[in-house]
Amino acid sequence: MTAQLIVEDLRVRFSTAHRVIDAVRGVSFTVGREKVGIVGESGSGKSMTARAILKLTPPQAKLAAKTLRFQEIDLAAATERQMLKVRGRRISMIMQDPKFALDPVMRVGDQIAEAIPADRRGSRAQDRERVLGMLDSVQIRDPKRVFELYPHEVSGGMGQRIMIAMMLMPEPSLLIADEPTSALDVTVRLRVLAILDELAAQRHLGLIFISHDLNLVASFCDRVLIMYAGRIVEQCAASELAHAKHPYTRGLLASLPRVGDTRGRLPVLTRDPAWLSS
Amino acid sequence: MTTIIQPSTKPTLRAWLTADVTTSPRQARLQRAYFGWRRLSGNHLTMFGLSVLLFLVMVAVLAPVLAPQGYDAQSLTDRLAAPSAAHWFGTDDLGRDVLARMVYGTRVTLMIACLVAVIAAPLGLLIGTTSGYFGGWVDIVLMRINDVFLSFPGLILALGFVAALGPGIRNAVIAIALTAWPPIARLARAETLTLRNADYIAAVRIQGASPLRIILRHIVPMCLSSVIVRITLNMAGIILTAAALGFLGLGAQPPMPEWGSMLAVGRAHLSGAWWVSTVPGLAILVTSLAFNLLGDGLRDVLDPRSDT
Amino acid sequence: MITVKNLSVNFGAMRAVDDVSFDVDVEETFGLVGESGCGKSTLLRVLCGLNRDWHGAITIDGSTITPNRSRAFFKDVQMVFQDPYGSLHPRHTVNSVLSEPLVIHRMDRIDARVAAMLDQVGLGPAFRYRYPHQLSGGQRQRLAIARALILEPKVLLLDEPTSALDVSVQAEILNLLKDIRQMRKLTCILVSHDLAVISYMCQRIAVMNHGQILEELSPAQLTGTTGHHPYTAQLLTASRGYDHTLAQELPES
Repeated sequence: MTAQLIVEDLRVRFSTAHRVIDAVRGVSFTVGREKVGIVGESGSGKSMTARAILKLTPPQAKLAAKTLRFQEIDLAAATERQMLKVRGRRISMIMQDPKFALDPVMRVGDQIAEAIPADRRGSRAQDRERVLGMLDSVQIRDPKRVFELYPHEVSGGMGQRIMIAMMLMPEPSLLIADEPTSALDVTVRLRVLAILDELAAQRHLGLIFISHDLNLVASFCDRVLIMYAGRIVEQCAASELAHAKHPYTRGLLASLPRVGDTRGRLPVLTRDPAWLSS
Repeated sequence: MTTIIQPSTKPTLRAWLTADVTTSPRQARLQRAYFGWRRLSGNHLTMFGLSVLLFLVMVAVLAPVLAPQGYDAQSLTDRLAAPSAAHWFGTDDLGRDVLARMVYGTRVTLMIACLVAVIAAPLGLLIGTTSGYFGGWVDIVLMRINDVFLSFPGLILALGFVAALGPGIRNAVIAIALTAWPPIARLARAETLTLRNADYIAAVRIQGASPLRIILRHIVPMCLSSVIVRITLNMAGIILTAAALGFLGLGAQPPMPEWGSMLAVGRAHLSGAWWVSTVPGLAILVTSLAFNLLGDGLRDVLDPRSDT
Repeated sequence: MITVKNLSVNFGAMRAVDDVSFDVDVEETFGLVGESGCGKSTLLRVLCGLNRDWHGAITIDGSTITPNRSRAFFKDVQMVFQDPYGSLHPRHTVNSVLSEPLVIHRMDRIDARVAAMLDQVGLGPAFRYRYPHQLSGGQRQRLAIARALILEPKVLLLDEPTSALDVSVQAEILNLLKDIRQMRKLTCILVSHDLAVISYMCQRIAVMNHGQILEELSPAQLTGTTGHHPYTAQLLTASRGYDHTLAQELPES
């Protein structure tokens, strides 16, 4: 599979008056037209990596990479104007909580229509048809009714599907999803993931799925990257996760309780300082 | 903040203040104060405001030293003398040295400011937090009383009180304090309404804490920052109100050297002897500005949301 | 130890808890599992005395419980909250957090009790005068547990104690809870949306949805594939992670 996104030695650094924080410390990976999961705990740098790809890091962050390339575009060297053509168009991003990502004073349908790139817009009626078609493809049963709703009138699961619809309108080739289902109930989660799965397959999308939930990522994605303290400590196929090599991954897997667990105590992950420099 | 620690050249004090492991409540509190101070001192405008105020405090304290002749030494032959080597700010219409009166006037101004803050802030805080915590009819009654006070413009209300109580600096302070507490109460109430639902309040409720304990030990400390900032920012208005009362002859009575009344006296002589009004006027301006700058800086430091 | 009969809680027109009844034996850990909005947290808040607007009958340790609780009640029943970042007062030191309940209940040997409690939850004396913002998520939750236990209650209510923590910290806290409940012979009610945590910690589990208890079962019964309420089956499936066949089952768009 040819890689769409090539990341080599990505670094993100925050320098304040008192100290320097390296949020991402030399991360390298590729993403083709496949589902790649990035798993890590809080502070591991997974969200910052995603933002770095789209150059959406906070202004005080410094970004550096040996290679940061998406298809034919050199993202590292791209100016802000060039990035504007990439964000939302070639690479889209779905956030965790639709409540915060959707404009509360605009109708849902209008927001999705806004996502159609300017050069592909038609008349109002044509755009509306496209939006309704998109709402249908995210399994929303009554697209015409939902088109007219405001964000506060939709439930969490529907809101997330609307986000997905909005992000897929411009027909990107790569989708980054940052904890897209963490704010959703478990039963709703699976439906949203099924929709994402189906759409990604249909449209030959690349998908980067960021989460703290190792089991979810392992069952949903094709490949898994485990991040710890700004570095990728493990890269493997999702099916091979049980045979993970790095002690952090093994420790994490072992410390998770499971339904039907008969262990008296859960093994606690002991952090080896050596992992910080491996 | 009453404890301000200068980073000492001695390594041991600094080490104690930045130590990772704290061994006593006092050390923990002083560490917090120290870090707060470091943040405050990074803001240059705030430091300017603070220096001005410290300068005023020093002037007030050293008044007898700086102006040994006192503030009401009259010399009718020297009336309205222009600024010179003998009288740095000239003399007023009764021949009194303007500088000396300014120096003693600092005491009056600062005293008014402090007394009003000391009365209005705790009063507003207590009423606001009680109102916000209990809700229901307690809230309704207290806030309607609050509304009555708030509905009058500050100066008019102060005028009304002073007219009722009689002129004089003590009554002026009471009057101004009565106009200063309502916004504080509103602020404290608003903060309390948000804090009331916090888990840490729930946690102490299920320990069986009485409402008094919850309000005093849990809610008030969280409101304190906003109230300090608010009262500091309102200080400019308080000083101006005091000056206005003085200007109208309802605050400090002669011969007390209150800046506002000095301004009033100089009005008649503005074209000829500009210094009699201008100097106290500038002093009022600079003091208000200093309080504003300090309040802004304090807000940046004390904002509980940006607690690190 | 705990008996709840026909408990109902209304928030205006909405029934948050709908005619719920269950029992918890002495030294048993009872689990309440369900998704957000099912009423499990509301139930817990009623039990610990935070919510006074309910109908029904509750008995704890033989005494009938009324909406207004006595101070003595709070000595017997305590709760650990979900969010370690929100359940500790930002301006109070660890020492203050732990001594306050002792002062409220006029207990003796405050200093000794605080020190002992800090040791028991795995925080040493070095933490005694720190502020919450100087503690990690796991450390804060340990402190929250210490605070709940310092009054030596008989019943411990746990509202999603590990949901806001990193996965690697979760195991520590769960182990700590297991140790402590055994040592102090506590009766616990654990509320969570995570079926794995619930089945690991509890001897009996109740599944809640829309304010009602749909089913009561044991962890062993959970792993069985038959005889479940359809909602329980849904939760079980969801807990296993994603299944690609779900995408194939989607209707054609």
